[in-house]
Amino acid sequence: MKHLIIIGNGIAGITTARHVRQQDSTVRITVISAESDHFYSRTALMYIYMGHMTYAHTKPYEDGFWTKNRIDLLRGYVEQVDTSGKRIRLADGQWLNYDVLVLATGSVSTTFDWPGLSASGVQGLYGLPDLERMEQFTQNIDRAVVVGGGLIGVELAEMLRSRHIGVTMLVRDPHYWSSTLPAEEGKLVGRHLLRHGVDLRLETELKEIQARPDAADPSGRVRAVVTNTGEEISCQFVGLGIGVTPNVAFLKNSGVELGKGILVNEYFETNVADVYAIGDCNEFRQPILGTDGALRKPIEQIWYTGRMHGETLARTLCGSRTAYRPGVFFNSAKFFDIEYQTYGTLNAQLTDDEQTYYWEHPSGEQCLRINYRTTDQSVVGIHALGIRLRQAVCDRWIQDRTPFPNVVSQLRQADFNPEFSESFTDQLTGHAPARSPDRRKGWFHRLFSATH
Amino acid sequence: MRTTGQRIGLTAFLIGFALFVAILPLSRYVLTDKVLSETIQKEQLEDVRMATASMQGNVYASSFSFVGDYRAAIAQLNEGFKRRNENNRLVQDYAFPVTKAASTGFFPDNSGLFFWLILVLCVGGAFLYILPEPRTLPGIKNNGIYQDPATNRGWIGVVVCGFLIGFYVLLYFFPEYMTNWVLLFDPLSQLLNGGPASQWFVYGTLYTLVILVMGVRMLIKYRHSRYQQFRTLSVMFFQTVFAFLIPELLAFFHQPAQDLKNMWPLDYSFYFDYRIDEKIKAGTFGIFLLVWGTALWLLGVPILTYFFGKRWYCSWVCGCGGLAETLGDPYRQLSDKRLGAWKLERIVVHSVLVFAVVMTVLVLYTYWSGQPSVLGFLDSYGIRSAYGSAIGAVFAGVLGTGFYPVFGSRVWCRFGCPLAAYLGLVQRFKSRFRITTNGGQCISCGNCSTYCEMGIDVRWYAQRGQDVVRSSCVGCGICSAVCPRGVLNLENDSTTSRRTDPGPIVLGNNSFRIQQ
Ligand SMILES: Cc1cc2nc3c(=O)[nH]c(=O)nc-3n(C[C@H](O)[C@H](O)[C@H](O)COP(=O)(O)OP(=O)(O)OC[C@H]3O[C@@H](n4cnc5c(N)ncnc54)[C@H](O)[C@@H]3O)c2cc1C
Ligand code: SF4
Repeated sequence: MKHLIIIGNGIAGITTARHVRQQDSTVRITVISAESDHFYSRTALMYIYMGHMTYAHTKPYEDGFWTKNRIDLLRGYVEQVDTSGKRIRLADGQWLNYDVLVLATGSVSTTFDWPGLSASGVQGLYGLPDLERMEQFTQNIDRAVVVGGGLIGVELAEMLRSRHIGVTMLVRDPHYWSSTLPAEEGKLVGRHLLRHGVDLRLETELKEIQARPDAADPSGRVRAVVTNTGEEISCQFVGLGIGVTPNVAFLKNSGVELGKGILVNEYFETNVADVYAIGDCNEFRQPILGTDGALRKPIEQIWYTGRMHGETLARTLCGSRTAYRPGVFFNSAKFFDIEYQTYGTLNAQLTDDEQTYYWEHPSGEQCLRINYRTTDQSVVGIHALGIRLRQAVCDRWIQDRTPFPNVVSQLRQADFNPEFSESFTDQLTGHAPARSPDRRKGWFHRLFSATH
Repeated sequence: MRTTGQRIGLTAFLIGFALFVAILPLSRYVLTDKVLSETIQKEQLEDVRMATASMQGNVYASSFSFVGDYRAAIAQLNEGFKRRNENNRLVQDYAFPVTKAASTGFFPDNSGLFFWLILVLCVGGAFLYILPEPRTLPGIKNNGIYQDPATNRGWIGVVVCGFLIGFYVLLYFFPEYMTNWVLLFDPLSQLLNGGPASQWFVYGTLYTLVILVMGVRMLIKYRHSRYQQFRTLSVMFFQTVFAFLIPELLAFFHQPAQDLKNMWPLDYSFYFDYRIDEKIKAGTFGIFLLVWGTALWLLGVPILTYFFGKRWYCSWVCGCGGLAETLGDPYRQLSDKRLGAWKLERIVVHSVLVFAVVMTVLVLYTYWSGQPSVLGFLDSYGIRSAYGSAIGAVFAGVLGTGFYPVFGSRVWCRFGCPLAAYLGLVQRFKSRFRITTNGGQCISCGNCSTYCEMGIDVRWYAQRGQDVVRSSCVGCGICSAVCPRGVLNLENDSTTSRRTDPGPIVLGNNSFRIQQ
């Protein structure tokens, strides 16, 4: 391999580049990306808008890092991949030859064919251009609608609320993020959203976007949305958080076989020799099994997954062909002030062989769920909201199929909360019923105390 | 969006603050016999009186002309002594106490009124301002920090920086021009230590007040984190009781005034001749102070740092740390995270440590041997005064605190503090403390690095699943608080369990095993 070209400077592409460079000091590495000059953390987009950080802070490596490690960065959009000629064409017409091509092109925001979709002030949140648009279209507005009850939807809501913009959130399901969260957790998050002033509309769908066209803006600025219940909600901005789809449209006639994403095997190999796909944009032909035996999704649009893909592919590219074997699944998120962590497989609906243990703090803002198999009591999945768990311990429990009673008795080992935090492990001896969270407290208490 | 209460608070604070600045030129100055006899030592009184005869009775409208004339008169007097070789009669610089005593007019006559007015407006206004909007829930709310000119190195930051620098320059180098501020605090000083206020009393009082007010802000801002609350209460307590009240009370009882939690080499004059003599003169209690101060750095530092890391001092006890963690909190994100800054930090802070040790050794040598010069060319008096002004005043004060709104809150602690360097060495090489990173959960967002006041690129460790073991970490715990994924935790555990070399992969991937 003389010239490795990676399309996409996200976590997947960059991890590959870094790990290849660690193992091979001679190969020429070029990373091409249309969005930004340097690798930045997509997960931090919201914090730029909220003013916690600037774009510069979201770059995990200093700009000099890339020259020092001889990783060439090229800003440009790849329009065409010519696999028979082993070359790619950039939008400016330039052709580049590769020996090995890695496709790490991420996703694009999912949309549906809603009427009025093209109105200005209607958008998803995936990259820097979205952020710029959002900055522009949320100046001096007072009302926005967020569509979708998933992770990006809640981030959009938090961003808007941080600027004191009223938010109505349309969620199709009976509770928040019901594809992943069991009802109790979904309700817990829903309550929290309400307390943050989000007007949460469950079992409500977007039907139509209405705009007010004028001479300057023929498709018009959004002025309202209409829901499936017929209600019209006036707003000046619509944020779409209904998911993401692999970014593969530019590969249509390249000869690379596509499903929803770029189809690959467990070595990230596409149907074309020397062309690999990793991160958000790929789709496994055969199901991938984790080392704990759990089935992984064929398309897993998660930061950590992109990183693991990159680490593993770098091995293959450097001579030791390595199959992708993820360990115990984990993920995390944050819903306004409530952190969320999950380990293993935790289905929103219990399977026939599963039982569940659920504990909720009286404040109604913390909970822990442990699902275990009925047959041998072994733990399959853990959910924590408002509690920090130690990944190494949870990982071991699930990997080793530790029985539920042992897990409960060792729970302290998994406590990753900061020192002096209220110890949840001491409290969760039984299924404590949730008390009403909106008890009134004196101002002094409210001012200084953690539970609101 | 500010609430009405916050707007009222801000207005009140700004009025109080403007008043505080406005009183500075508000006195007139008249040199009288009474002024001189109150301030000048008896033996020199006659000389000074003769030399300043032409000033007597003049009404000066500004401290500049007054100090100018006074200094000229004394210089002329000393000139004469030098010419006649009467060096023992040289008069030292009394400009500060003379100017203070010579103040007259509306302000000095009503300074009590101004004191209360400014105090109520500033403190009351500040409290109103820091009370959160009633509906804000507990949790990290760094909203707008990089959009606000006060906290993003914008124009408000620059103005505040200018004020702070001006304040420190006056304090350390030109106290005779801030006598009106000192007059404000005379009654309080009389109450606490039985004497008139000095510029250092003013500084100490303001310092404590700021830590208390901004400490309350911390308690509210981090009301969801007990670690932050306990730590803040601790620095508030140590500043008020140990740094402020106890030394003043000791002075009241004519004992050597000492801040019992301060220690060499931060307290660089601890082993200076006059401070040792003062303690020896004070008998048993003085000896206790000497032993206590020595045991603190000799035993306290290694033992406590081994168990808890340097945080036990830097972010729980220390006064400089106390200011950085309270007043400095809005500026913590401005520290320089670049690799180059880290390199510079290591060179500079360890050089200061060496400087402090060498200086102290020389001073002690002189103390015991009576020889001011060592090896023929090292003059211990010269070196110690160079340290005092370069490190003690310029670095710790002007640079360290004055530049809060531009370089962040821990410039002194990071680049200049010799004690921090010493604590850091113990923490780096022999301590149970580390910041544990939680497997593969880091999303490289950068909040931790941004809000690290010591400029540690925490993310660099977190994203490769490596524990943070760094000599500069003061254990403030903010990285852990701001991390949206619960990746970071401050922990004490066995020294061998600190993961300082990462595997090339982080947790979650079992595709291959790493042969180390
Ligand atoms: C707002 C938001 C928040 C998120 N938060 C989390 C989270 O908290 N935790 C989590 O696990 N995951 C999160 N995710 C998902 C996570 O960010 C993605 O899974 C991850 O970034 C995907 O990385 P990637 O390297 O596969 O692709 P990307 O990061 O999308 O990188 C692909 C890059 O390739 C470029 N590109 C694409 N096509 C071309 C072309 N033809 N020519 C040139 N360049 C091209 C794109 O411009 C893009 O810059 C979040 C996603 C978003 C949008
Ligand atoms: S704040 Fe947390 S998630 Fe973000 S970079 Fe730091 S450790 Fe990683």
